[in-house]
Amino acid sequence: MKIWRRVACAVLLLVLGVSLCAELVAPAGYARQYRETADAPPSRQHWLGTDDIGRDRFARVLYGTRLSLLLAPAAALLSTLMAAVIGGLAGYLGGMFERVAKTVTDLFLSLPWLFLLITVRALLPLNASPLVSVLATFLILGMLGWTSASRVLCASAASLRDSDFLRQARASGIPAVRLFWIHVLPNLKPVLVAQFWISIPVFILSEANLGILGLGVAEPMPSWGSLLKELEGLVSIGEEPWKFVPLILLVAVVTSFQLIFAKQEEFAI
Amino acid sequence: MTKLTSRSALPGLVLCLCLGLLTPSAFGQGELRFCLRSEPKTFDPLQVEDDASVAIRYLTGGTLARMNRQSQVLEPELAQSWKVSKDSRQITFKLRNGISFSDGTPFSAEDVAYTVQRLMDPSLHSPTSDAFRSGPGKVDTKILSPTQISITFPAPVAGLDRQFDQVAIMSAHSPKKEMAVLGPFMVADYKPGATVLVKRNPNYWKTDEQGRRLPYLESIRLDIQPNRDIEMLRFKRNEIDLINSLDSEYFDKLASGSPQLVHDAGPSLDSEQMWFNQVAKAPLPGYKKAWFRSTAFRRAISDAINRDDLAKVIFRGHAQPAMGPFSPANRFWFDSKLKPPVYSPDAALRALQREGFRLDNDTLKDTGGNAVVFSIITNSGNKYRERMATMIQQDLQKIGIHINVVTLDFPSLLERMTQSFDYEAILLGLSNVGLDPNEEMNVWLSSSENHQWNPQEKTPETAWEAEIDRLMRLQSASSDPKKRKEAFDRVQEIVVEQAPFIFLVNRNALSASSSSVHGVSPVILAPQTYWNAERLSLDVMEAQSRP
Repeated sequence: MKIWRRVACAVLLLVLGVSLCAELVAPAGYARQYRETADAPPSRQHWLGTDDIGRDRFARVLYGTRLSLLLAPAAALLSTLMAAVIGGLAGYLGGMFERVAKTVTDLFLSLPWLFLLITVRALLPLNASPLVSVLATFLILGMLGWTSASRVLCASAASLRDSDFLRQARASGIPAVRLFWIHVLPNLKPVLVAQFWISIPVFILSEANLGILGLGVAEPMPSWGSLLKELEGLVSIGEEPWKFVPLILLVAVVTSFQLIFAKQEEFAI
Repeated sequence: MTKLTSRSALPGLVLCLCLGLLTPSAFGQGELRFCLRSEPKTFDPLQVEDDASVAIRYLTGGTLARMNRQSQVLEPELAQSWKVSKDSRQITFKLRNGISFSDGTPFSAEDVAYTVQRLMDPSLHSPTSDAFRSGPGKVDTKILSPTQISITFPAPVAGLDRQFDQVAIMSAHSPKKEMAVLGPFMVADYKPGATVLVKRNPNYWKTDEQGRRLPYLESIRLDIQPNRDIEMLRFKRNEIDLINSLDSEYFDKLASGSPQLVHDAGPSLDSEQMWFNQVAKAPLPGYKKAWFRSTAFRRAISDAINRDDLAKVIFRGHAQPAMGPFSPANRFWFDSKLKPPVYSPDAALRALQREGFRLDNDTLKDTGGNAVVFSIITNSGNKYRERMATMIQQDLQKIGIHINVVTLDFPSLLERMTQSFDYEAILLGLSNVGLDPNEEMNVWLSSSENHQWNPQEKTPETAWEAEIDRLMRLQSASSDPKKRKEAFDRVQEIVVEQAPFIFLVNRNALSASSSSVHGVSPVILAPQTYWNAERLSLDVMEAQSRP
């Protein structure tokens, strides 16, 4: 298992490293349209060919990868923090707070995610630049993705609530806020870290789902979702295999995350 | 000599046998197959609205007159002849004798009266009746004889005779109701979600030039298949025989392997277009409203869009730059004086500079110093429109205009377009089914709900919109085709001059047909491949080899 984790680490570092050097490796840029060579197969000039309107696919894959690998952790951090505050506090305080928080969490969990994302995204201002749309997409994902983590954190905090060391701390007159920050949160850290890491691939896949529906990152910014849209209409794998590169990369990255942080999931359950 | 004769007789006999195999009677044993892209919502021909039901109505319904999809000329069917009154309110049909419905019930003027009365019954809410409702009041049907009927509408109906192309006659007496039909085929079996089987109507009245009864085909199986990838795969596997409205991408894929199976009938009636929000109460900043209401601004945008590239790159050459509201495919109504748009970013920039815009560090700014930035919305999931918007984004960047491409789910887009008017520009397509400009009255009249750039104006807000209103009403009220054409030509010219819609491309009508089907002659009007279904036939040998 250790070897697999090392391989996964190497894959992630390689993908992240290359995507961060996109300007050097793929000088064609992700937006420039080479209309004379639209939908071209791989060539010396365009290593993965061009897309339907002549944009360099290799450059788009690199920029799209960079975007997902940088913003998915940011969304994961946001959702984990929200989960820590809502779930952690609810579990620690117990009583009515816990019941209300659990009801709200259950309500959010029961909502159809995809429709909720589509609706929230439709409410965004239209004149957002592509960069703002990218940030907005991941921000929405982060703000809507705290529910599962919140459930887990609530249960963990509730188990701490009646622990001996907290009773003793309470008896010695430590205020509730200080108790939460100094004693409860540090004890929830392993669960928080696990939740953070397992959320990353979830957000990567969520963005890809939105992108496939055409509701993710705005043009001309690339994302894995918009790149995967190219697979629509392909009737056989052998037809244009280079179009599968974004899919292979997505699977490799998500699998690597799962392998590296498989142990963390034990805390998350 | 005898030897010679006997030797020459054998190939002759073989040739006769081969010819015998190729006659339509030999083809008649087959079953044609193609896909419907959705479930038919009804078999009642007067309540048809969706494409799948329209297809069933086309195959099974008998009409008084029918538009020949190839020549675009209205031809007599159940009616031998007809006469339209000068005021376009009354039409008198002379019907054919000796025709029966598929169940044997005789056809007469009573059936026409029953159909028209039912069609115009407000409680039925027939979508087909909309074209006949040009004013309040009741329709009057007068049976002059068993083969003659006069129909009077409360108000003039433009292109009155052409509207009957959509009206399938129903039986007034048959117990089978809508299942008794006068068309070449009748519905024999329906498995919801799977197939509709239509079989040859044994009482169909038409014969071919050799006196053989039509249709040639025994039956047609319509498989319900919304997934176009699967439809394409099934065609490749020879499981279906026809594909209507093929995408340019699929067209090229098929053409690369079997060029003889695909047909490009040239520009269709469908157009792709964009427009700016000109609604006075729209929640937009004043300076943006001023841009969008400026003809010079709209025309400059139009000039800066490279339509040739849109047609060549996105539709792989299977589209033509659009010249105006009507495509050249509409042979009669297209205004031949319109010229193809010329791509000229330099001319566009000069025109904008004349209006006070200036280029500042690759960004165009208006007289108030506001950078020209706007968003174009299109419906998500339509890759052609998404790509068009992205290409327009790059085209307009050349003159310093920055565009944000926004894809929204269709309900959200509609809400912004028709309710909140919270949008700047929209890119959408228009599917034209009919040929007559009257069918677009709801688009061109300024008071109309579908006058997309500025709907439901109480009075026309610009002089050119008032002129379009006048011309549209003029052509609608006239029964003289020449006068109508003159008026609508002028409408087309005003629309191109003022650019309320910026027409982008007209897609070509692309289709595919298997080599086992004979008589296929694809056209631009729907249904492209089976418009002459009664004369299609199958090669028995090839059809039998199908899976």
